[in-house]
Amino acid sequence: MAVEIFKEKYRGKVGEVVLGATKDDGGTRSHTITVGGETALPFLHFEGEIPNRPVVALEVWDMVPEWNPCLEQYYGDVYNDPGAWAKKCVDEYGADLIQVRLKGADPDLNDHSPEDCAATVKKVLEAVSVPVMVIGSGKAEKDNTIYNPIAEAAAGENLVMGVAELENYKAVTSACMANNHVVIAQSPIDINICKQLNILIAEMSPAMSSRIIIDPTVAALGYGIEYSYSIMERARNGALQGDKMLAMPMYGNAGFESWRQKEANISEEEQPGWGEQEERGILWEATTAMAYLQSGIDILVMRHPEALKVIKGNIDELMKDNSY
Amino acid sequence: MGLTGLEIYKHLPKTNCKECGSPTCLAFAMALASGKASLEDCPYVSDEAKEALDSAAAPPIKLVSVGTGDHVVKLGEETEIFRHDKRFFHPTGVAVIISDTEDVAAKAEKFDDLEFDRVGMHYVTDMVAVKCDSGDAGKFKEAVETVAGITQKAMILMTEDPGVMEGALEAVADRKPLVCAATGDNFEKMTELAKGKECPMVVKGNDINDLAELVEKVVGLGHKELVIDSGARETSQVLADLTQFRRLAVRKKFRSFGYPAFAITTKDDPKEEIVQAGVYVSKYADVVALKACEKQQLLPLLSWRQNLYTDPQKPIAVEAGLYDVGEPGDDAPVYVTTNFSLTYFIVEGEVESSRIPSRILSVDTGGVSVLTAYADNKFSAETIAEAIKKCGLEDKVNHKKLVLPGHVAVLKGTLEEESGWEVMVGPREASGITKYAKDNFAGGVK
Repeated sequence: MAVEIFKEKYRGKVGEVVLGATKDDGGTRSHTITVGGETALPFLHFEGEIPNRPVVALEVWDMVPEWNPCLEQYYGDVYNDPGAWAKKCVDEYGADLIQVRLKGADPDLNDHSPEDCAATVKKVLEAVSVPVMVIGSGKAEKDNTIYNPIAEAAAGENLVMGVAELENYKAVTSACMANNHVVIAQSPIDINICKQLNILIAEMSPAMSSRIIIDPTVAALGYGIEYSYSIMERARNGALQGDKMLAMPMYGNAGFESWRQKEANISEEEQPGWGEQEERGILWEATTAMAYLQSGIDILVMRHPEALKVIKGNIDELMKDNSY
Repeated sequence: MGLTGLEIYKHLPKTNCKECGSPTCLAFAMALASGKASLEDCPYVSDEAKEALDSAAAPPIKLVSVGTGDHVVKLGEETEIFRHDKRFFHPTGVAVIISDTEDVAAKAEKFDDLEFDRVGMHYVTDMVAVKCDSGDAGKFKEAVETVAGITQKAMILMTEDPGVMEGALEAVADRKPLVCAATGDNFEKMTELAKGKECPMVVKGNDINDLAELVEKVVGLGHKELVIDSGARETSQVLADLTQFRRLAVRKKFRSFGYPAFAITTKDDPKEEIVQAGVYVSKYADVVALKACEKQQLLPLLSWRQNLYTDPQKPIAVEAGLYDVGEPGDDAPVYVTTNFSLTYFIVEGEVESSRIPSRILSVDTGGVSVLTAYADNKFSAETIAEAIKKCGLEDKVNHKKLVLPGHVAVLKGTLEEESGWEVMVGPREASGITKYAKDNFAGGVK
């Protein structure tokens, strides 16, 4: 008996966004990465196109991070050198791209100057040939002073820069507009704010509407992941149904969020009922990332090299054709 | 399920005899549609009408139970494609596979201990699958009996050889195990065994077309307590098949797929296996069988299952009260927040990363966040003051200071009056707590 396969018919499509630029386009990357372009729900190849596989980034900081000691063995020797750190992420751990988090710009931490920040980004660009994303310290006032110097120093590289928020989107967006970078638009697990912010950015410059990456804010497993998951499912459904202001690729900091949680960090001695810490941490991160792949994420930012490896394997599997 | 009053009315006798208690047949139909009456109340309804209405009213995916007593696992009866449309109802049964060629007793002991306490909830790995790899009926039966003696949890018996199944099923039939599986080659004998013992059974096809045919044959033999498996084992194809099952059952009422779905992992590396199982939990598997059996491996998977199956309409709350972070002494700081679990856990995480032992007072706001609760007057000077009294905070610390979320700084004055405690205005966002704590409480509350 032939089963009549149920395929949704969509009229919309997620926009494609190119990350990075090669020499031909004024950059120095060895290749670019294209994300987005889906005309189907995640990995349902039988009902549409998934032309670009989701990509996985690792994160480099501009200061020594206070990460779980189990990460020392992977990054301890490069914590002080963002260039070497980035190189290790790409060459040894297989990161598709690098995200530089300029945590050290935080006035309450190292208070790095805008020039320091630009120099860090330049260093990373020189060390690796993959596309690069750059996000600020999280302190909006300070971050607004660093976007321009960075965008100018890396003009032509087609960086991904963030984050733009509803209350504070102009500085980073104009830095990206003026220097042809891609902007990350972050909304707090709220589909209406997500859409509103995309509209505001597009109003600043219609050309920017095809240079937006949505950060819907990804909560960690056990800490609100289901809210983010459902918001992303709704956003992706909206995009496929033709809502252009939701039709951007999505991005999320799965590693950062997961490793903030007790479940990833607490030792087995302190919490014997939860089993061995490092594997638990890896799986806390990988399970978080897995869920977001299933709700439509296009760019994952991870932390533990093992979690990255497992997730890349999962993406390989999911990208196999399953049409009937 | 889904039938309107008018659709039901068509099947009723239309005599308006009033014996059902409703003034007219139409009124009765309306009451039926809204679930306020039962078809039993109509003495004249024909058998054909009854069957038509029953099957139309049946849920799109059948509810199938495995196991007995407190350990029964209910599978299926799902009605949604997306959890945000309503909710998912019956969490995926997570089954650990024990092969009859390994140390069965040791793994069964380990399995039975795969339970977790996390954020005030208890997670249970709820199923155990005993798999015949030896090909030996005696050995399989012995393994099944060993497992049954160690754990009370719901069992799955895995062999496609009816000769091997028979003895093992006989031994534990009263535990209502899931017989796994009937295939194109063995379905007559396997169905007879499962039906004879009134046990649910997995029907496994070679692909979804073959499966649809096989399910009809098994149903034709009179067994309806079924769980379905397309036979696909590659992650991507399983995802597609599970999606088809759910869509065709819910949207098209395609009866052959109106049963809970079974999935099994193929990865040998436990980390890859957990992620593969996670895909199936996310997308529509009602049972997932896997080999991984370590606590650190199951905890993330069960946490995801718990998160996914929460009701999205309902704010989740933690129990209101006083919580310790670390081992706070009597000079430890006290933070006040709501009992919306997301807010609470974020605050808890930040307080924890300050590495200063503290207490958090979670005020009962009906499980909504700080600003929403403030707007509703549920997070007010009165409710906070009352919470302070109720938890006996005064006896637990040697100071009278508490930290209020920066967003509700406006409450400072009234709260100080109402409670007699000194109010310190904390950061607006939880992300500022770590720094705030280091700046203010490095040497305890002064």
